[in-house]
Amino acid sequence: MKTILSYLKPYRLSIIFIFILVGTRAVLTLLLPLILGLLINEGIGLAAGASPDTSKIFLYSGYMLAASLLSIIITVGSGYMETTISSKFAKTLRRDYYLKVQQFSLTEVDDFSIASLITRSTNDIRQLQMNVNTMLRLIILQPVFAAGAIIFSIVQQPTLSMVLIASISALIFMIAIVFSIVLPRFEKVQLLVDKLNQVIRENLSGLRVVRAFNTQKVQENKIKKAAKDSMDLNIFVNRVLTVMFPVMSIIMGVTSVVIIYLGNEYFLGVVDGFDPGGLIALQQYSMQAILAFMFLSFTFIMIPRALISARRVAEVLNRNIEIKDSNTIIELPEKFQGEITFHDVSFQYQDAPQPILKNISFTAKANQTTAFIGSTGSGKSTLIHLIPRFYDVTEGSITIDGIDIREMKQHDLHQLIGYVPQQGILFSGSIKKNILFGHDITDEKGMEQAATIAQAKPFIESFEGQYDYMIAQGGKNVSGGQRQRLSIARAIAKQPRIYIFDDSFSALDYQTDQALRQALSREIKTTKLIVAQRINSIKDADQIVVLEQGTIVGIGTHESLLKDNQVYQEIASSQLSKEELSR
Amino acid sequence: MSQPQQRSKDKPTRPMRGGFHGMGYFEKAQDFKGTMKKLYQYIKPYMGKILFSGLMSILASLLTVLAPWLLGLMISEVALAFQESRELLPITIIFGLQLELLNMSILVILLYSLAGILSYYQAYLLIGMTQDVTYQMRQQIAVKLNRLPLSYFDSQSFGDVLGRSTNDVETISQTLNQSLSEVFRAITLLLGVMIIMFILNWILALVVLSTTLVSFYVARIFVKLSQKFFRKQAKATGDMSGHVEEMFNGHRIVKVFNYQEQALKEFDNINDDIYYTTFYSQFISGIMFPMQFFIGNLGFILIAGVGALLVVNGSIQVGLIQTFLTYTRQINQPIQSLGSIASVLQSTAAAAERIFDLLDAENEPEDDIEVNHIGDFKGHVVFDNVHFSYVEGTEVIKGFSADIKPGQMVAIVGPTGAGKTTMVNLLMRFYDIQQGKITIDGVDIKTMSRAELRALFGMVLQDTWLFEGTIYENLLYGSESSSEEAVIKASKLAQSHHFIESHPGGYQFELSEAGSNISLGQQQLLTISRAMLANRPMLILDEATSSVDTRTEVLIQAAMDKLMHNRTSFVIAHRLSTIKDADVILVMKDGNIVEQGNHQALLDQKGFYYDLYQSQFEHQQPSN
Repeated sequence: MKTILSYLKPYRLSIIFIFILVGTRAVLTLLLPLILGLLINEGIGLAAGASPDTSKIFLYSGYMLAASLLSIIITVGSGYMETTISSKFAKTLRRDYYLKVQQFSLTEVDDFSIASLITRSTNDIRQLQMNVNTMLRLIILQPVFAAGAIIFSIVQQPTLSMVLIASISALIFMIAIVFSIVLPRFEKVQLLVDKLNQVIRENLSGLRVVRAFNTQKVQENKIKKAAKDSMDLNIFVNRVLTVMFPVMSIIMGVTSVVIIYLGNEYFLGVVDGFDPGGLIALQQYSMQAILAFMFLSFTFIMIPRALISARRVAEVLNRNIEIKDSNTIIELPEKFQGEITFHDVSFQYQDAPQPILKNISFTAKANQTTAFIGSTGSGKSTLIHLIPRFYDVTEGSITIDGIDIREMKQHDLHQLIGYVPQQGILFSGSIKKNILFGHDITDEKGMEQAATIAQAKPFIESFEGQYDYMIAQGGKNVSGGQRQRLSIARAIAKQPRIYIFDDSFSALDYQTDQALRQALSREIKTTKLIVAQRINSIKDADQIVVLEQGTIVGIGTHESLLKDNQVYQEIASSQLSKEELSR
Repeated sequence: MSQPQQRSKDKPTRPMRGGFHGMGYFEKAQDFKGTMKKLYQYIKPYMGKILFSGLMSILASLLTVLAPWLLGLMISEVALAFQESRELLPITIIFGLQLELLNMSILVILLYSLAGILSYYQAYLLIGMTQDVTYQMRQQIAVKLNRLPLSYFDSQSFGDVLGRSTNDVETISQTLNQSLSEVFRAITLLLGVMIIMFILNWILALVVLSTTLVSFYVARIFVKLSQKFFRKQAKATGDMSGHVEEMFNGHRIVKVFNYQEQALKEFDNINDDIYYTTFYSQFISGIMFPMQFFIGNLGFILIAGVGALLVVNGSIQVGLIQTFLTYTRQINQPIQSLGSIASVLQSTAAAAERIFDLLDAENEPEDDIEVNHIGDFKGHVVFDNVHFSYVEGTEVIKGFSADIKPGQMVAIVGPTGAGKTTMVNLLMRFYDIQQGKITIDGVDIKTMSRAELRALFGMVLQDTWLFEGTIYENLLYGSESSSEEAVIKASKLAQSHHFIESHPGGYQFELSEAGSNISLGQQQLLTISRAMLANRPMLILDEATSSVDTRTEVLIQAAMDKLMHNRTSFVIAHRLSTIKDADVILVMKDGNIVEQGNHQALLDQKGFYYDLYQSQFEHQQPSN
């Protein structure tokens, strides 16, 4: 909450000014019944012993008009300021949030989950913006209204005003009861909506399975049950909430009647200086006070929701960033070999009971190909994620040409690396933008060359507009294999010193896979790290690292491992036939 | 490992819905009238209730109109008595009806209370009704989802269907309630107040009427003006969600390619757009109510001034000013809600239209009334000159024929995107063929009931499908009557017993949504166990082990072999080594079956299969 409030700090003078404006507006509005009372007493001459005076009628009408005019000018002015502040507040907040997430390593991203980071940046910030806007106006206006109305009526007639105090107490009591029933259930209403979403999503993602198992009825009933639960709770909550307005209008009516009745019986003509004008004003103030309390309670209903949003955004903003540039940055030499060494590296995911990598040591020689193979969960993807510092090692160190990667500027480190993820991740925009992602957008020659090596050229050229063909969000308008090839082209176009392929050939058919690998070994002579599932993809590597449950169980070439490494033999025999093994 | 979470895509960013007073961005329905007619069909059964609640609402409004007038009478008498320094006289309401102040007070309190009770009861009824209507819609959607042909989902994203089933239905329940409860109340209140005002004093009534009209007009201008910005704001917000989703999903790429600065530039552009549009839309909509309030105040002043003059010249009593002042306040609210009711109805129609689009989409054709049954099951599957196209005009299966003997294993191979899954879709009748026929033991599958046909197949797909619930419940899916022993036996066969037992609670371990708290390989093992348990006479394995590592696969393969023994089975696989023993291999390319035969025969042909095989098991490059 503090974090979020600090975003309002630059505007504190304006906010104080807004509060003054809003307060003035409330007072002006409250003056109307007062002037009205004067108008009735002096203009019509209702006060004891007075006679009608038309000029006073005009005078007081003029006062009221002036007050109203001033009030509307103030309202527009403060509205302008309120909106400026809330929009600017949201803009800076959103920007800082975005900058913060950019600095996150995967540890932080995993913690929040991508989906949650997205909703926080959109829905929650929008929610906050609207709340700030409303609060700036209402949080001052309504209390001033309420307090002013009560004070003015007490000034009119303190004893008779006790009726109003009693009514307001009754109103607060009623609001308290309703809220205590409804507020805790709001959260549950949301949970039930989520549940409904979930069962429908479940059905949608399993359309074929549901039909194959003939379980349409089961799914139907799940959805119906979720819908029924949601309906029942909604009916209850809404019916309770709706009590408020009728009760309020009854309270208002009763208050008016009681004030007039008691006013006549015990005050008019009994208490000095209390006249019908005062009675009318008192009754008007009562109405305003009750309405103000009602609206105030609705403002309060917003606060818990705003607090939740504020907390969710602040969590991200206050999150400790674990991977930062160190204070003692080592400048990288001009000529970089690209030799990567793991020195006794262990890594453990946050909150995981066990390390996923244990005592990993090896050297990937410059300009050679090093491959990693192992079962699912053996830690091979995690291992290569340590090199661009998506995560930092828990123990040991990783060096490139002898320099600890933690001593490098992240920007410089990343500049060295061409990374190709498992799922081809593309961005909306032209193919050109995607291939030349993050660097010189005019290098068309480099782009075409990269596409050629990545075996992407033929299909790009079959597209309308070729390199200007627009990729849809998430790359939905190209196939999985095409996405992977474009991701590879993107890495090649960068001309990095070190390539990291994270199981990047899985969506390619064998022929393309083969052609691509041949082109890679022909054209690219720098350090390559390859994670693979298929033995065939890595047979030619200079060095193969075999991983098993987070440790290295063998390093060697295809031939040597096939001879003396049991794990490698098992993997190989599961993929290759006898003839191929002996070939 | 961080799997990019696609889930957020299921929550489409819809433009903000307008609140009670008609502010915000409203979508419009294509066919307002038609949609409303359909919606009426849902409401029709409740017409009695609606009219009843309408009647109560009218009564309540009339009472609220009467009460200020009576209050005014009271004040007038009190003031007059005070001015003339005399005792209070009974107050004349109409002609002969006279009441003492105390009785009058009691009467007014009764009126207010009755009005409150009536208006609460009508709201109570409407809440029940609108929730009931939405519940019905959701029930119909639940049924509909599994009746729609799969082809429907080729053109609709899940997120969109999901949005229709949840958000749109929610919108209907809110707006329906609003418009129904408001429409009666607002109209009665407006008419009632106007009529009684003209009866009481036409001059003051004219004053109120004119300020009301001005207020109405001003509101319209503001709504129109702000709509433009709300629309732009909705677009900017959509752009922002798109950008953020993309950048966060591609976080690793953005980092390694040092794209942060450029990303920030793109972000700043959109952020500026949001800033401007939000500012204007909120500023304009924010001052609309103060403006109306101001105009209301002008009315208030005019009534006070003109009223006072009228009192002075003796044509009215002072209480009437009070009455009219209350009326100017009372009339404001129905004016505002009538002003917004048009836009509220627009968004009801837009949401309803989307829901009806879904509900009215064509179902899978019904099964024939006289369905054929397979008598003595053998598993003899024949494809006879099958033609099929997903999109009319582009045939993907062109005249395919094959005769698969009982118990044979059929493998379907080919590069990604060759249409291997199409064969499964046709066999299971997820899609119907357009020409030719497929028979099982001589019975055309088109003449069988879908349920019976599908019950013949056990199916394991590449996309695992698990739901929130225990592992045990997930395994039992579709074979609810199986015993615990059978479940464990199937799991052991599918090599999943061991890992299941290693989770806390074993078979009672709670899977989270989509099974995301176990690994992909484990998810696949569970779906294989499920198919083993279901024990259907034929099998379809569509890349069933693609996410299981190859060593585990070898173990499962043994179980699979056992399962496939004597069962006609269809296997789609990437890895050619797993299907070499198949009786028939169908080789697909670009949607066509280009070759068929057994492994050896296909190799001898030296055709596409040969190339495919060679590339997979390529000779080693001669080193140096």
